[in-house]
This record gives sequence, C-alpha cells and structure tokens, in this order.
Amino acid sequence: MSQFGINIMFVGGSFLIYILIAIWAKAGSTKDFYVAGGGVHPITNGMAIGADWMSAASFISMAGIIAAGGYASSAYLMGWTGGYVLLAMLLAPYLRKFGKFTVPEFIGDRFYSKNARLVAVICLIVASVTYVIGQMAGAGVAFSRFLEVDSTTGLIIAAIVVFIYSVLGGMKGITYTQVAQYVVLIIAYTIPAVFISLQLTGNPIPALGLFSTHIDSGMPILDKLNQVITDVGFNEYTADVDSHLNMVLFTLTLMIGTAGLPHVIIRFFTVPKVADARWSAGWALVFIALLYLTAPAVASMARLNLMTTIYPDGTAAEPIEYDNRPQWVKEWEVTGLIKFVDKNEDGRIQLYNDTPSFQAEADARGWEGNELDVNRDILVLANPEIANLPGWVIGLIAAGGLAAALSTAAGLLLAISSAISHDLIKGSINPSITEKGELMAARISMAVAIVVATYLGANPPGFAAQVVALAFGIAAASLFPTLMMGIFSKRINNTGAIAGMLCGLAFTLTYIFVYKGWFFIPGTANLADTPANWVLGISPLSIGAIGALVNFAVAFAVSNATEEPPVEIQELVESVRYPRGAGQAQDH
Amino acid sequence: MSGHSYDAEKYWKANLRLIFGSLIVWALVSYGFAIILRPMLAGIPIGGTDLGFWFAQQGSILTFIGLIFHYAWRMNRLDKQFGVDEE
Repeated sequence: MSQFGINIMFVGGSFLIYILIAIWAKAGSTKDFYVAGGGVHPITNGMAIGADWMSAASFISMAGIIAAGGYASSAYLMGWTGGYVLLAMLLAPYLRKFGKFTVPEFIGDRFYSKNARLVAVICLIVASVTYVIGQMAGAGVAFSRFLEVDSTTGLIIAAIVVFIYSVLGGMKGITYTQVAQYVVLIIAYTIPAVFISLQLTGNPIPALGLFSTHIDSGMPILDKLNQVITDVGFNEYTADVDSHLNMVLFTLTLMIGTAGLPHVIIRFFTVPKVADARWSAGWALVFIALLYLTAPAVASMARLNLMTTIYPDGTAAEPIEYDNRPQWVKEWEVTGLIKFVDKNEDGRIQLYNDTPSFQAEADARGWEGNELDVNRDILVLANPEIANLPGWVIGLIAAGGLAAALSTAAGLLLAISSAISHDLIKGSINPSITEKGELMAARISMAVAIVVATYLGANPPGFAAQVVALAFGIAAASLFPTLMMGIFSKRINNTGAIAGMLCGLAFTLTYIFVYKGWFFIPGTANLADTPANWVLGISPLSIGAIGALVNFAVAFAVSNATEEPPVEIQELVESVRYPRGAGQAQDH
Repeated sequence: MSGHSYDAEKYWKANLRLIFGSLIVWALVSYGFAIILRPMLAGIPIGGTDLGFWFAQQGSILTFIGLIFHYAWRMNRLDKQFGVDEE
C-alpha cells in the first residue's frame, strides 16, 4: 500500500469515527448544545479539555519551538500547564457553582451591567477568532503534506468535517468527539517519540530518555546535543536566558492567559457537581502532561537527529552532499517548508548559525552562509520520517495533527457561537427568543464562524505568530482578572470592572502594537521589535501579565471611589463561594 | 446554605489559606527553581544538565498535577466538614 493510501486510511478512518459520534450524541436542547446536558464525568471531561486545549500549537509547533530555543522555550511548557492550577483554584469551581452557560453571562450578572457583558463578548470573540485562525492554518499544512492536495482544498475538507460534528452535536457532540480525538492525538504523538527514544538512548519512556545516555557517544544526550550545536555556532541548548524578568513575565502571561481562555473555561460548566469541576482540572492536566512531558524529549532528540543527518561524520567533517540528502528532505522541499540554497556552490548542505562570533570559523571552512532553512512547524510531522519509522506511523501522525487542530477549532467555534447566540442575541437583541430559535441562532452563528475562520485560515493575515501573543494578552489582561475579582471580592462594582477591563486591554494592545505595528499593519510599528527597545527588557509577548496588573489596580481604585455593589450582588458572590445547591448548569 | 454564618466564613478562610499555600508552591517550582533560582541549583547535576532545567521542562508540570489533586481532595473534604457540599 502506498504512503498516500495509508494516510487516507488513517485520516479518513478517524474522521468517520468523529462523525458517527456526533450523530450518536446529537444535541436536542440549548443545554445539550452549550454544556452537553451538564452530565459529563470528570475524567471524560478532563480528556475532552485535554483535546480542546492541545491545539495545532501544542501538537505541531511546540516541540519545534523548544528544539530551536532549548531551555529558553520552557516558558511554553510551564505557562500552558501552570494555568490549570489557577483555573482549578481561582475560577472553575465557582463558575460551575454559578451555573450558567457562558463566560460573558457571569460577567454581566456579577457586575449587573449589559455593557460589562458586551465588553466581555468582544474580548472573547477577538481572542477566540485569532486563535482559531492558527488552527485552521495548521490543519491546512497537515492536509497539504499528507493528502497531497493544495492547502486550500485541505482546509475546506477540514471545515466540512468540523461543521458536521459541531453544528449537529454542539457541546455534547464536541465533548465525545474530543475524547476520541484525544486518544488519536496522544497515541500519534507518543509512538514515534518512543521509537526515537529507544533508538537514541535505549529508554522506552521519552521523558526519561531526555536525561539518559546517548548510545552512540556514551555521553548524556543533552551534553551531546550541546556539543554538536555549539560546534556550528549555536548557543547551548541548556543555556540560561539573558533576562529572567522577561521569562518570568512571559510564563506568567501564558499561565494567566490559559486560565482566561473562554473555550477552556466553558468546559467546566459541563460536569454535574462543583467537586467534579475540581477533579476535572486535575485530570485535564494529567492528560495534557502526557504530551507536555514528551514534547521536550521530542524536541531535543529531533534536533540531534537533524544535526546527525546533516553532519553524518560529525561536525568537524564535511556536511552531507545535497544529492545524497534523505528522502524526507526532498518531500518537505516540495511544500516549501525546507529550503536549500547552495551559497558556496560546493554541493554540500552547510547548516550553522550565521553570527559574527562564528564568522572566523565559517571563513576558514569556506562556508558562505547558512544554506538550509527548516521551518520549525514541520519538526513533529517529519519526525517519523527523520527516524526512518514505518509508513503507518506517518499516517498516524497525520491523523493526530488533524485531531489536535480540529478539536481545538471546534471548542473555539462553540465558545464564539454561544457568545453570539446567547449573550448577544438572547442577552440584548431579542430576549424573548424561544429555545428552538436560540438553538437555530447558535447553529447559524457557528456556521458563519466556520466560514470566516476557513477564509482567514486560507488567507492568513501574515501575522500567525503575533496573533498568539494577542489572544493570550487579551485573555490575560481582560477576562482572567475580571472573573477572579468577581469571585474573590465583593467590593468590585460595575464601573470598576468595566474600567479595569478596558484599561488592561488598552494597555496590552498599545504595547503590542507599538512593536508589532498598529493592528498588525506592516510598517506602522513605532519601535523596532528588538530587546534593546523593550521597556525593562519586557517583550510584547510578555506584556499580558502587566496588563492584568493594570486591570486589577484600576478596578480596585475605581470601585473604592464609587459606591459598593447592591446587596443582592454581594449575596450572589457569597453564593458562588459555597458548593451547596449548585444544581446543573441552567439558563436563567 | 448559611451564607453569613460563622462557619461559612471559616470555610472560606480555610479555602483562601489552602489556595495561598498552593500558589506559593506553584510559584516556587516554576518562577523560583526553574527560572530565578536556577543559577543557585546549577551545582545539582541531573542527566547532563542541572536541576533547574529539569524543573523548567518536567518538574514544574508534575508539581502542578500534585497541587491540583491535593487541592481537590482537601476542598472536597472541607465541603463535607462544613456541610456545604452538594447532596
């Protein structure tokens, strides 16, 4: 069977399962649609959260980022997991007790203000839409490589599949589909990692292999990697960062942002009890950690494998000849994600760090610039091919990457559609809408959201990396602090909350736009995006944490200067703090 | 539920104490051991690198899991103790 046939079988087979699940779990009521009827077991929910959370960014990009950055990229590992501690202790149980369908609904009720709800809807939509673009683009990359179609066709297939199971099943269909997707993605991620860890270290558990001895050299694998990459001018893999402050703030931004992302928060509304919401967060992190503990091993081993491929006889000897390059390099060259330019025309592939400090050695070896450009996003997808694993593993990776992208896309689309149908239409435009009408509105808004996301995925606005900063910055600076203060303070009133959200948001957006361009329009940046220009060395990616502080400070100051919330609101805050009488998530 | 009783207040205070303690550990393993205090832990070797690197790439994640399950277990017990659990 050809590789193409195997890929079709794995991807087609997994899609068939998702659609069958959706038909089985069709949503009959708005409650089924928004919160899966409120009857999901915490372990099931934890698994669904895992799939919901682990997106194309976690599955496809993260290991590539770590491979390139080494220790410095640990911020992603800690940031994207540490947020669950905040969720479990500061938000999830209380929002579950509150027992409504959406995040803006809590903000609107707690701060007794339609305007607060509206601001929350806007923050939610901007954060979720920017996030969903990346998922659709990731699905496009995976499709174009494995199904050998152009990425637009791939994207349209992906959109149709998501459309069927999320529009039909709502949260109920999505929850059970996500459980299946979690299983597919974790198997797909782990199997190649186990093989590679066995090949390099003899240890079948990749997380332990990372700290084991490299078989070929007899050195610890991280030592070997440090040696190989410093030989060709790169920084040590385990080297410390220049600015601890920036790394701390970046990690904090990712943690707060994770806890404030609405598509993750609404998953906690689906469990029957407050106690289950707490367990759910723990199980979610267990399922997430299975991938996150493997990712750093995949990263370092893939980087070492790449170096060994290019320098088969060691870094002191000549690199590989272009004509002898392995098959996987040829295949990825077709997609344009690996590029080779023979700058010194010696027919060999020189891969090294083109920096002034390495200039002397490069000159001595007759190298005239780095010749191989490898896109970081292909690392996980190409991993089985780099390690010469059998064809079915490649098919599995294709199915896993798509599962990761589609499950997150579905969760985001649900968050967007519920904000539109429940918060905008039922909450302000037409409060007398029937349940049937609202369900129809939810399905239509989801269909529209899919069309918009597909369009943007096919024509990404050219700032894929920046939008991630934007999504986390917004969630960290606006939604998280407001939700937290709504639970832990009785004193914060409507004026304070709205002022806090707007100031946190304005501060964060301004800082990002100054360095990245206003509304990301090229050429409109006020300052070059380099460490020398950053205030106190804080990068625009890390500013969300400061934005959250601004939100807290403004909300406290304004609330204390204005009158305290009405008694019934203080009683509402009181009631979310105690689990008794939670009942199931319900509508008004 | 007796929202304003002395017991309810004690329950909330116990919850806050537990959260505060958990967040100290949360910050210590991630911002502390993995980042700020990493140079101080550089002398403790582990598989070709140092303890701070391990905390940054694995140790902190494992600690987070422990923290959440500990919190869930303690809180669910507190709920029953103070009679604020769901029937």
